[in-house]
Amino acid sequence: MKGKKTLNKTSKNNFITMGGLLLVYVIVLILKEGGITTNLINGQLVPICAYMIMAISLNLTVGILGELSLGHAGFMSVGAFGGVFIGSLMQQVSDSKTLCLLVAVIAGGLMAALAGLLIGIPVLRLRGDYLAIVTLAFGQIIKSIVNILYIGLDSEGLHVAFINKPEILDDGKMIISGSMGVVGNRKLSTFTFAFIVLMLCLIVIYNLIQSRTGRAIMALRDNRIAAESVGINVTKYKLLVFSISAAMAGMAGTIFAFNYSTVSPTKFDFNTSILVLVFVVLGGLGSMRGSLIAAALLTLLPELLREFSDYRMLVYAIVLILVMLGTNNPKIRDFFAKMFARKKTAKEENANG
Amino acid sequence: MDFLSNVINGISLGSIYAIIALGYTMVYGIAKMLNFAHGDVIMVGAYVCFFMTSRYNMPAIVGILLSMFVCTVLGIMIERLAYKPLRQATSLAVLITAIGMSYFLQNAAQLLWTSNPKVFKSVVGDGGIQLTEGLYVSYVTLVTIAACVIIMIALTVFTGKTKMGKAMRACSEDKGAAQLMGINVNTTISITFAIGSALAAIAGVLLCSAYPNLVPTTGSMPGIKAFTAAVFGGIGSIPGALIGGVLLGIIEIFAKAYISTEISDAIVFGVLIVVLLVKPTGLLGKKISEKV
Repeated sequence: MKGKKTLNKTSKNNFITMGGLLLVYVIVLILKEGGITTNLINGQLVPICAYMIMAISLNLTVGILGELSLGHAGFMSVGAFGGVFIGSLMQQVSDSKTLCLLVAVIAGGLMAALAGLLIGIPVLRLRGDYLAIVTLAFGQIIKSIVNILYIGLDSEGLHVAFINKPEILDDGKMIISGSMGVVGNRKLSTFTFAFIVLMLCLIVIYNLIQSRTGRAIMALRDNRIAAESVGINVTKYKLLVFSISAAMAGMAGTIFAFNYSTVSPTKFDFNTSILVLVFVVLGGLGSMRGSLIAAALLTLLPELLREFSDYRMLVYAIVLILVMLGTNNPKIRDFFAKMFARKKTAKEENANG
Repeated sequence: MDFLSNVINGISLGSIYAIIALGYTMVYGIAKMLNFAHGDVIMVGAYVCFFMTSRYNMPAIVGILLSMFVCTVLGIMIERLAYKPLRQATSLAVLITAIGMSYFLQNAAQLLWTSNPKVFKSVVGDGGIQLTEGLYVSYVTLVTIAACVIIMIALTVFTGKTKMGKAMRACSEDKGAAQLMGINVNTTISITFAIGSALAAIAGVLLCSAYPNLVPTTGSMPGIKAFTAAVFGGIGSIPGALIGGVLLGIIEIFAKAYISTEISDAIVFGVLIVVLLVKPTGLLGKKISEKV
């Protein structure tokens, strides 16, 4: 009976998170239609959704599976450039913006999932920091490869080349041009579309965590050897998590890329991976709600601090260090715990008296 | 002769990586943390030396010693302020703090010294030796390799023979037991950070002497590469850092010379992944058997 009760509580919490997210969406949409939000915020809506998807998908790897990944932006990059490639092809045959974007997002997600599966295989042999360095290396490799990748499209068909730009006819155009990335992209992403994908990802993750599979994954995180000895298939579950998480990052990448007319490969470098990891850790490992809030706040914060442009990243760094010290140092945490405890007892005394 | 000069250049670049990797590997061995701010300590060291030699026209040796001193103090301060309060916390929390520190150093450097690139004047002059026909070795290359060899020998002797070095090894084996034997663990960790940071200063000066473009993000890419080198050789092992660094340097120079400059990073990291697949704890890493 007790087990059932806690499950209900989790479900309730999940519905609160999803409901809250929906409410925020509706409010933002009303404000946007009413013309109250500034252009600065309007421009950030799609990136915020993309970063939210990145954060919850990385949280699945780091918080639920318990493996540190330092190359999550690599999957985003695969999704972004793969998605733009498929999306550009789709635009040749279809005029519907939403259809093109939908196909591109699915394709981007699939390509990233494949990459996730590929990186998942070495991961099975490695633990802890060694695993982290492999994901880091993977992110760097993706960045270097995209940096030299040229894809052009003209009436003769596709031209794919590495390092040197291929010759294309006058009627064609370059889809991906090396270190310039994507130039002259059509902005297909809309806030509503990004939000729907975000909501779907959230529902998938919540359902996964609460399922039999999710419990197996968390058992692996808490004690791999014990989990293995009761017959949980490590290979299967690790690869599953890596590919789901990568697929979501890929979809986020496609949405992100279709929000801008130019996207360069350096947009998805090591710093982006770290940024998303910061969202996850600040929001709380394993807490999707925390990741969502942290992603939204930390994406908006530097934008809102633009007036202090010189100091904003310095302030950001200091805030980051202080928050980590505040939440992880036992002395400081005890201090806060005591303060709250005192308030509570005072309240109880008042209630009794 | 191209081949030979590539080998020498590779060893020289690898020596710089090895000196940086030592800082990572020693700190990892003793504090079990990845000090992501290490790459930025290199940058600070290079800036201090730059201002001493180019602005105030001090002799190179003064610049190097001063930058070692500044980096040592900086390293100890970072450890005391940011990492020591988190001794009991999860490794992920410490990692994020280290990343925060790295951002802090980069942005502080940008505010103090602007992001305009500075042209670093080589500390050993621009000349070189013509060894044979077609084989030219610059002084910087020679000094870098020599510095790496000297540092390696000194560190091996230090960790093997001196009391402090033995304390360090004891702490990296088992902190609790070391403390029971009367070793001051906090002091030992501080000294490890001090040595690592002083080495970072030397690496920064050598790096900028060879590649004279100095910006606030100068340290981050060599930092990542050196971290890779440390893992490559087996993190926590001092000879591993040397082997990993030198191999990484040679692979990078060869990839640049014979394949393509643009894709050299991909090759370096690709080799790393393959090595870790074959030997999951690096070339010289210890295999840790798991107990249930």
